[in-house]
Amino acid sequence: MIVMAVSTRAEKAGIETGMVVADARAVLPELEVLDFEPDVPEKLLTALAEWMIRYSPQVAVDLPDGLLIDATGCAHLWGGETAYLKDIVSRLKTSGYDVRVGMADTIGTAWAVSRYSRAFPIIDLDAQQSALAGLPPHALRLDDQTLEKMAKLGLSQIKSFIHMPPSTLRRRFGQHTLHQIGKALGQFHETFTPVQPPEPYQERLPCVEPIRTATGIEIALKTLLETICKRLVEGGKGIRQASLKCFRVDGNIQEISIGTNAGSCSASHLFKLFEQRIAQIEPDLGIELFLLDAPVVEDLANPQEALWDVNGGNKMVTIAELLDRLASRSGTDTIHRYLPAEHHWPERALVEAPTLRDRPETSWRKEKLRPVDLLPRPERIQVSAPVPDYPPMLFRYQGVVHKIKWADGPDRIEQEWWLSDGLHRDYYSVEDDNGNRYWIFRLGHYGKERAPEWFIHGFYA
Amino acid sequence: MEARENKSYVIAKLRSEIMSLQGFRSPAAGSKPEKIDIGPVSAAFTGGIFPKVGVHEFISSTPESAAATAGFMATLAGQLMKEDGICLWVSSRRRVFPLALGFFGIEPDRVIFVDLKKDKDLLWTIEEGLKCDALSAVVGEVKELNLTESRRLQLAVEESKVTGLLHRVSPRLSNPVASVCRWRVNPLPSGRDNTLPGIGFPRWDVQIEKVRNGQAGRWQVQWSEDHFEHIGLVRVVPSRSFSKVG
Repeated sequence: MIVMAVSTRAEKAGIETGMVVADARAVLPELEVLDFEPDVPEKLLTALAEWMIRYSPQVAVDLPDGLLIDATGCAHLWGGETAYLKDIVSRLKTSGYDVRVGMADTIGTAWAVSRYSRAFPIIDLDAQQSALAGLPPHALRLDDQTLEKMAKLGLSQIKSFIHMPPSTLRRRFGQHTLHQIGKALGQFHETFTPVQPPEPYQERLPCVEPIRTATGIEIALKTLLETICKRLVEGGKGIRQASLKCFRVDGNIQEISIGTNAGSCSASHLFKLFEQRIAQIEPDLGIELFLLDAPVVEDLANPQEALWDVNGGNKMVTIAELLDRLASRSGTDTIHRYLPAEHHWPERALVEAPTLRDRPETSWRKEKLRPVDLLPRPERIQVSAPVPDYPPMLFRYQGVVHKIKWADGPDRIEQEWWLSDGLHRDYYSVEDDNGNRYWIFRLGHYGKERAPEWFIHGFYA
Repeated sequence: MEARENKSYVIAKLRSEIMSLQGFRSPAAGSKPEKIDIGPVSAAFTGGIFPKVGVHEFISSTPESAAATAGFMATLAGQLMKEDGICLWVSSRRRVFPLALGFFGIEPDRVIFVDLKKDKDLLWTIEEGLKCDALSAVVGEVKELNLTESRRLQLAVEESKVTGLLHRVSPRLSNPVASVCRWRVNPLPSGRDNTLPGIGFPRWDVQIEKVRNGQAGRWQVQWSEDHFEHIGLVRVVPSRSFSKVG
């Protein structure tokens, strides 16, 4: 029988883990020995982790002897990181636990500091390397073989090998060692599974009899949407994406999904979006289980705001719902809204608005007249123009000759060299003898060897 | 004599009832309606008030007149949107340059463009837009439109009071459709009364070929930054034959 764990008092008497129980009894005759049950540490740590949720919503069990807490955005509620750690330690100590803590930007460093460092347990940003320097290699969570090798080579502290080139480390100690160093220093991302994962927005509806009709599917969908929307309202969330999975009797899964332009928790609106897709479901022999899943939800704007903005608020919701309906029929790529971009080059003067609520950051330019109809790409025209910078006298477009009576220009627009290269354009706004107005340009300068090309780019109103 | 007066009173009353059934708001009834300023062209409408509740039909046959029509429609949409309205611009092959809408009184970011390929989707989208009373106006660019389709749109408008501006770009047929008003807008040469060089403000020959309860006519107007100005006849444009399109 071997000692697996010791209490503080027994430790003081000289008993260590790994001793034979008979030896320990000889050292301390009044020693109380309890049988080790393999699943107790996990049970105990899980219970502790659940209790620790008061300190952070993200707590995970780190077997065999640790707990991981994501303290992001939590410490200030206790008045700072030091007070936060002090509170954790004192409360656990009063419950009779012997506890050591470490706090750092990476899980790896916090793990090392809490177990091997005697210094101040809160490690500053970017101070991981110096915090680790004096610690033994065990602090990097390496396997026994590597640790043995390091001991043989006399690498007793992390600082003696952390600066070695990665290729050498990999050759000597394997990829795993490099990876562990990276995790501690924050070069690799490390995640953990919290004891209470955030509950997904998902609803299930099993059916006693397989459903085969569209009406049946509609009823199931309505029921699911009502339950999920109730939960969404409570959480102040709105659905951005949702999918309905229909599990058929024969094992096949039919799926329809929708997306919205703005978070919605209105069951009737979401139903309308799904309604157009119901025909795509093939029930075949029947559907025995419906599963409604909302993988993407977002916080809804405070309904209080709508009270202030009497017209605007409700109007935006109605319009967002309209756009959802349009997008669900013909696709999101058909709907566009534009904001001004700070470019003179006509093709780059607009930028697509990502959401319905974005407002322009700069005002729309109005000092230069732009054509109402812009050709998707400029088209070649034949021109006769006096050199060098006079507007053309006439041009031929699609077989028709237009005599120019009036013109404005040239209005030179240069290519933005940091975006793309190419020739500048000299734009002229011209009016022909019938009163039709065009936006035409000459590409580049008059060259020695070739005549410049002319293009028509738009029609003025 | 009295009976006759009575009769004319009844007729006038019935007329106004018919008008309201057709979606026209009587100028006397209720609050003062917001005025859409289209300069001299207002004379075409009953009481000089632009019929907001209805589908307006615009026909253009050349790219130049399509541009002029788009500009004119933008001035109407801009006035319908006022400060905070939102407009839906539905088209199958959009050429409208949003940046230019600013010159016609529209903040381009308040226009939602919907670009569709299929005519069926296009009409469905226009109808959905016209049913949505949160919008101020729906501009639709279609090619062909038949009477049944236009009736559906007209019915949607009467329910929601959203103004519909339908632009029929070079249609094969100028078949009659249900609309309160049929327009043709063509560009006019710049005024030569000033000696300034270059092209001036946009000038249009605005023609109302058909208007319900109004007087069809033809006007030459200029869009001077933010309002319409009547201009004298610049040039007699050879008139199109009305019978062909009627």
